[in-house]
Amino acid sequence: MVAFFGTRRPSGTSVLGIFFVLLLVAWLVVNLARTPADFFTVFLIGITTGSVYALIALGYTLVYGILQLINFAHGDVFALSGLFSSTIILSVLGLSETTSAPGIVGGLALALVIVVVFGAAVNTSIEFIAYRRLRQAPRLAVLITAVGMSFIVQNVSLAVFDVNFRSLPPLIPESNVFKIGSVTYQWNQLFAILATIPVLLLLTWLVKSTKQGKGMRAVSQDPDAAAIMGVNVNRTISFTFALAGALAGVAGLLYLIEFNIRYDTGFELGLIAFTAAVLGGIGNLGGAVLGAIIIGLIQAFNEGLGWAAPGSDWTRSIVFGLLIAILVFRPEGLLGERTPEGA
Amino acid sequence: MKERLRQLNRLEPLDPLFAMWRRLPHGLRGAVPAFVVIVLAATYPYYVSNLPTDVPVILQFPDVGAAVTIVVFVIMAVGLNIVVGYAGLLDLGYVAFYAIGAYTAGWLASGQFQQVKFHFGSVGISREQNGIHISVWLVLLCAAVLTAVGGILIGLPTLRLRGDYLAIVTLGFGEIIPQFVRNADSIKGFDLTHGTFGISPIDSPGFGGHLGSALGLPVSYAQSFDRERLFYWTALALLLIAVFCSLRLRESRLGRAWIAIREDETAAGAMGIPLMRTKTWAYAIGAFFGGMAGAYIASFNSGAFPSQFQFNISVFLLCMVILGGMGSLWGVVIGGTILAWLNVEGLANIGSWVNAHTPLNVEVAKYQFGIYGIIIVLMMLFRPVGLIPERRRKRELEEGTHDEPLYDHRQAGERL
Repeated sequence: MVAFFGTRRPSGTSVLGIFFVLLLVAWLVVNLARTPADFFTVFLIGITTGSVYALIALGYTLVYGILQLINFAHGDVFALSGLFSSTIILSVLGLSETTSAPGIVGGLALALVIVVVFGAAVNTSIEFIAYRRLRQAPRLAVLITAVGMSFIVQNVSLAVFDVNFRSLPPLIPESNVFKIGSVTYQWNQLFAILATIPVLLLLTWLVKSTKQGKGMRAVSQDPDAAAIMGVNVNRTISFTFALAGALAGVAGLLYLIEFNIRYDTGFELGLIAFTAAVLGGIGNLGGAVLGAIIIGLIQAFNEGLGWAAPGSDWTRSIVFGLLIAILVFRPEGLLGERTPEGA
Repeated sequence: MKERLRQLNRLEPLDPLFAMWRRLPHGLRGAVPAFVVIVLAATYPYYVSNLPTDVPVILQFPDVGAAVTIVVFVIMAVGLNIVVGYAGLLDLGYVAFYAIGAYTAGWLASGQFQQVKFHFGSVGISREQNGIHISVWLVLLCAAVLTAVGGILIGLPTLRLRGDYLAIVTLGFGEIIPQFVRNADSIKGFDLTHGTFGISPIDSPGFGGHLGSALGLPVSYAQSFDRERLFYWTALALLLIAVFCSLRLRESRLGRAWIAIREDETAAGAMGIPLMRTKTWAYAIGAFFGGMAGAYIASFNSGAFPSQFQFNISVFLLCMVILGGMGSLWGVVIGGTILAWLNVEGLANIGSWVNAHTPLNVEVAKYQFGIYGIIIVLMMLFRPVGLIPERRRKRELEEGTHDEPLYDHRQAGERL
């Protein structure tokens, strides 16, 4: 495809973009100077939420990388997995804050395995039922199908788990990991990061070093050539969806430990995570993580800082405003390569 | 020729009406069903009370008030069809235009701004009341134009993007604008939108004392005994305008440019079609009808409330366009009517019929958006062209276009 609007962006746009970034930095510096303790507390919260967002954002990026499809249903798979894991933990395994420490650790680990399998199964079935038949269809058709699937999955959650929020009792102790001045960090917050890091390392190893990962990269570059070279394209795509679903499952469980989930949580979080993936450069694994951490920080700063912060009423607007700003100023994202969408 | 005459003669004794039909000029033949539908729709308020109220499955036909909402949603679907169907730009935030239209009506025809007193052609409102009260007819136009400008403003930064990126950005705007109207109740202490309470009441249209007595037109809809009927006929007139504009645009230079872009943006650009300008026009005109419909329904409901403008509505409108057939105007009108009716009362009726006649017990209304999701997916999988396909679109979907097939991957790092 050809670029229509000139290969050189007008420099005025980049100047404006840099101006906005400087404004943001100035705002952060003023807040840091006024209330340093708040700043660091909020910073830690941001990193924690960011790491959960990263898991969801990776699912978007993986699927986009291979099919160039925004899988709208992904956020809803995340919410469904989270709700499912609440049932597993509370009803099937019967964990509560009085369970012994090894029991909680073992139970959570078992729940994690179950929910990973569940998320992978749901996401793969979505691909198998809906997207696989549309391989030759125009992309618009697949995208619209994805929107439809999102509503279907959301209503499955509604039908099975009803409208109430689900949350867990404090299984992970809310005692402090450290306390410097009035800045505290609790174990249940650290848990999200501790769980995210190995998952990311595993994912990187899968994509970079295994045969299946090589197949994924081949299909994402050129599916026809990959097929000629003996890569089973359909199986590779299914594998990618399974991987993305597994990540959504992990994210669902971690989010449930930290916050609460109901059937429509996935929609908004999915959009935030998608923004994170675009911010980092969609299709780029490292970028998705970076973008998610930045979005987590922005959200936390907006909701937690005292000076000239718009507050949680405006979080959604800020995240989407940011999304639009990225697409205008730097459509390839922070780490991504330029794609035709962002001509 | 002889062969053909013989065929006609053979049919004639069986079906003289059919033969008469065959003799009609081609253009007229197309117009007859449209005329019948218009007459049936226009006389609906007269015979609706005589329709049976115990129909199996659907229970009853919508009353006139419900029909107004249905028609207004069809107007929005016709507007969205210009963006999605004609120009092939996926807009997941059409609800933003609906919101802008409704709130424009709220600002220009209500007592929202108590600080000022401005009356211009308003009817049924005491001259002593504060607030801006402009004639609703003018407000409809203002709302449409303002929304079109809004469409251009949204379009300019985003229309450079293609396909799915555009979809997600429009979705973003569709989320930002409702959040804005919900939160903008004290911008530096200034109450712009009255927050979650919304703006209410909003004035009604009408023709005022002079015109009213001279031509026998209603002075003010709100004060008339026939309020719902008047709103219904006006909505129908607006729908006809929208359909007419849509039909003519489809054949215009601009319309053909939209279809060229939809089929192959690269080739269209190479043929000298100004891509940005053409796409922006699609956005602006689509927004125009969305804004008009939004302002009208705000006047009908006598209020604009932030809870009306959910992402669900965007998908619901998209579902109307898909069910009917993207780009097929008649399809969209029919698909839109069916879905809007389902939304207003059809689903609830069908649900209660199902629950009464089968052992099932489903809260159909609770799952309405899941049902729309199923409709979308099933249509896309099994009949992507819609119920009444447009011939050209059908060919595109069957043979594929050159623009953005699923497997159009670029080498990593390849520069534009």
